[in-house]
Amino acid sequence: MQKVIKFLTTLIFLFVIVVFYFSLNKDPSYQTNSLVGKKLVELNLESFDGDYSLRTKDFKKNNFTLINFWASWCSPCRVEHPILMSLSKSKKLKLVGINFKDKKNNAKKFLNELGNPYNLIAKDEIGKKSVNFGIYGIPESILVNKEMIVIKKFIGPLNTRDYNEILKIIN
Amino acid sequence: MLSNLGNILLFINVFLSVLIIYFASQNIKTSGNSISETIYQTTLLQTTLIFGCFFTLVAAFITSDFSLINVFENSHTSKPLLYKISGSWGNHEGSLMLWVIILTIFSFFFLINNKTHPKNYRLFTLIFQNIIILGFLSFILFNSNPFTLISPAPKEGLGLNPILQDPALAIHPPLLYIGFVGSSIYFSAAMASLITNYSEKFFAKSIKNWVLISWVFQTLGILVGSIWAYYELGWGGFWFWDPVENASLLPWFAMTALFHSLIVLEKRNVLYFWVIILCLLTFVLSVTGTFLVRSGILNSVHTFANDPNRGIYMLSFLCLMIFSSLFLLFKKYRKNNYNINFNSKETYVLINNWFMLFYLLTVLIGTLYPIFTDALTENKISVGPPFYNTVIIPVVVIFLFFMAIGPNVKWIKNKFDNLISLIIIFILALIINFIIVYFFKSFTILSNLIIISSLFLIISSLIDLKKSLEKSKFDLARIISHLSFGFLILFIGLNHNFSLEEDFNMKVGDTKSFNNYEIKFKKLEVKNFKNYKSLIGDLEIKDKKMSQIKTLNPEIRIYESPSTLTYEAAIKTNIIKDYYLTMSNIDRSDFYNIKFQKKPMMFWIWVSCMVLAIGGFLRVFQNAKSN
Repeated sequence: MQKVIKFLTTLIFLFVIVVFYFSLNKDPSYQTNSLVGKKLVELNLESFDGDYSLRTKDFKKNNFTLINFWASWCSPCRVEHPILMSLSKSKKLKLVGINFKDKKNNAKKFLNELGNPYNLIAKDEIGKKSVNFGIYGIPESILVNKEMIVIKKFIGPLNTRDYNEILKIIN
Repeated sequence: MLSNLGNILLFINVFLSVLIIYFASQNIKTSGNSISETIYQTTLLQTTLIFGCFFTLVAAFITSDFSLINVFENSHTSKPLLYKISGSWGNHEGSLMLWVIILTIFSFFFLINNKTHPKNYRLFTLIFQNIIILGFLSFILFNSNPFTLISPAPKEGLGLNPILQDPALAIHPPLLYIGFVGSSIYFSAAMASLITNYSEKFFAKSIKNWVLISWVFQTLGILVGSIWAYYELGWGGFWFWDPVENASLLPWFAMTALFHSLIVLEKRNVLYFWVIILCLLTFVLSVTGTFLVRSGILNSVHTFANDPNRGIYMLSFLCLMIFSSLFLLFKKYRKNNYNINFNSKETYVLINNWFMLFYLLTVLIGTLYPIFTDALTENKISVGPPFYNTVIIPVVVIFLFFMAIGPNVKWIKNKFDNLISLIIIFILALIINFIIVYFFKSFTILSNLIIISSLFLIISSLIDLKKSLEKSKFDLARIISHLSFGFLILFIGLNHNFSLEEDFNMKVGDTKSFNNYEIKFKKLEVKNFKNYKSLIGDLEIKDKKMSQIKTLNPEIRIYESPSTLTYEAAIKTNIIKDYYLTMSNIDRSDFYNIKFQKKPMMFWIWVSCMVLAIGGFLRVFQNAKSN
């Protein structure tokens, strides 16, 4: 009996360590460079109000587009919001917000409260489509150019450094 | 210059740790029960130099030496001095320095304070502790060096996150680290105890104060973190079941179980292996928590920069710790037939342990579950407050009853001669609960049960207090801790039940009425400060029932380059309740979103948590005195 317990305990710890190890190495989309330089996948997202669908070709009109994934329930999104507001003042950049696993009313309230920096808003209610962008958790943002090539991917809330970097790239 | 000095000191410290391990292993071979002077001196030198190393880093922050990447990324010339200093441990690399300092101090004091215990036991403890120190020092040197240079040195730093400039946040990490890094010393002691067969009550005596000290600091660290979240984050809550909060709670449960079991080991010479397991578990949980937070596996509000190499290093270290301790434990484990009576204090302490383990497992599963589902099934999920609240809260009710009865149960064999008084206390608790419900109208069954059970604990502890005041025999530490824990749960229950939250869109001059309150938006001022501009609202809250008027001034701060907005909550605290007001601007309009919250008993939640920790401190002093 004692031997069985010892064996099982060791096995459980081993299992936990192995899972930790694989989690560390697993998702390459977590690393910014895996998507950078690649062309964005063809996408088809319903707009926030459901009146049209947002397609890849919508991006081709702009020199640069920043695709930002956000939700009203996400507190770091609140933290990065002022930076998005500042970025929205730039004429060379269009902002596309993808509302992630959110309720419409809450999302509207969020934008009413903090301001709406986006030129276009689409929604991903179940969060499946965002996976194509390599989105793990939110907030995340992807900067793409006219040819839909990913120039930079920002994981976590945008900060001052990211802000300056984006301005540098688009200017 | 500072970079070179820091690196040299780090290398010397590595050398000293190796030296201590060597000296100690030589000393073990000698006969006699005294530890050689060289070891004391080397340990003293090690402690002094690691402080030197840390102060070098602090000096770099104070003088804004941006040639160090760490200072460049985490500091700024216009930061107030206090936050420049606290900035040195507010980041990954600097906080690892704090780790090593605490490891070293605990190692030093354990060595000089336990002279009555056998030489080899102390030496082995020293060896294990220094192996841990070596592990962390090499982690710092090869992966997370705070003294790495950047060339050319920038003129200005990047670290001016306004939300992190807060006195509570300056002291929160050191407190918490003393707590969970402090648990390393009884991890080492437990390993030494297994090797040297130094067991039973003398072993319990040698570590009990260390367990208590780490528990007290852990409690205070968690408290200060909650206070910061309450005042600074502007959500009006103080606990969010965030993975990082959970990581600090896990060792706390293990420590609480541990120091209760130690009482049994010291008194009755049983549960030795259980105590050893808890000693090992506490530190393993501390390192696991650190691994989860720093490797970037968990996503949480407390973001540290992600780096997979960092994760690999910590995981290897964790692996080594877990399997070496398991190996030693299994090798030395022998089955003991405990003869514990069902109705005895020993059983009640064990019950405490089961509850603690239940909480521990619940929080552990909730925290790890998302990682496991992601790794095994590709499903990305998150576990939120509803899970913890549903699983933990009903169990707390039963726990509080046991916590009230346990301390008065006798060792070895007990007779329930106080059954009648327990029934009276229970009826009293019921009556008070109904008075509260009648006057303040609260109705969920669970909240009533929480209030009844916490009142039961409070009343029994008060009766204990009265009884022990009559007798000369005093167990003030226990009574204070149990009493304040009862109050803590009661106040959390009341706070949860009687909180009020309303939000409105208002412009200057507007008045809104709701429940018994009236809010008036009197004026809005713009003020200029050193590194930000502030919009300060002047709002009046009128309690119609009490005809009291309070003025609150929430702020919106606008920081420049780039314009960053932060929302500062205005909080009016009094003994019974807090008024909590946040204001945020609504784009392109004159309206502001005003969120009003009434949070009863906040002040008392902090106080009871504080007193809980004071109870622990008292026990440390009592133990020191009786030694």
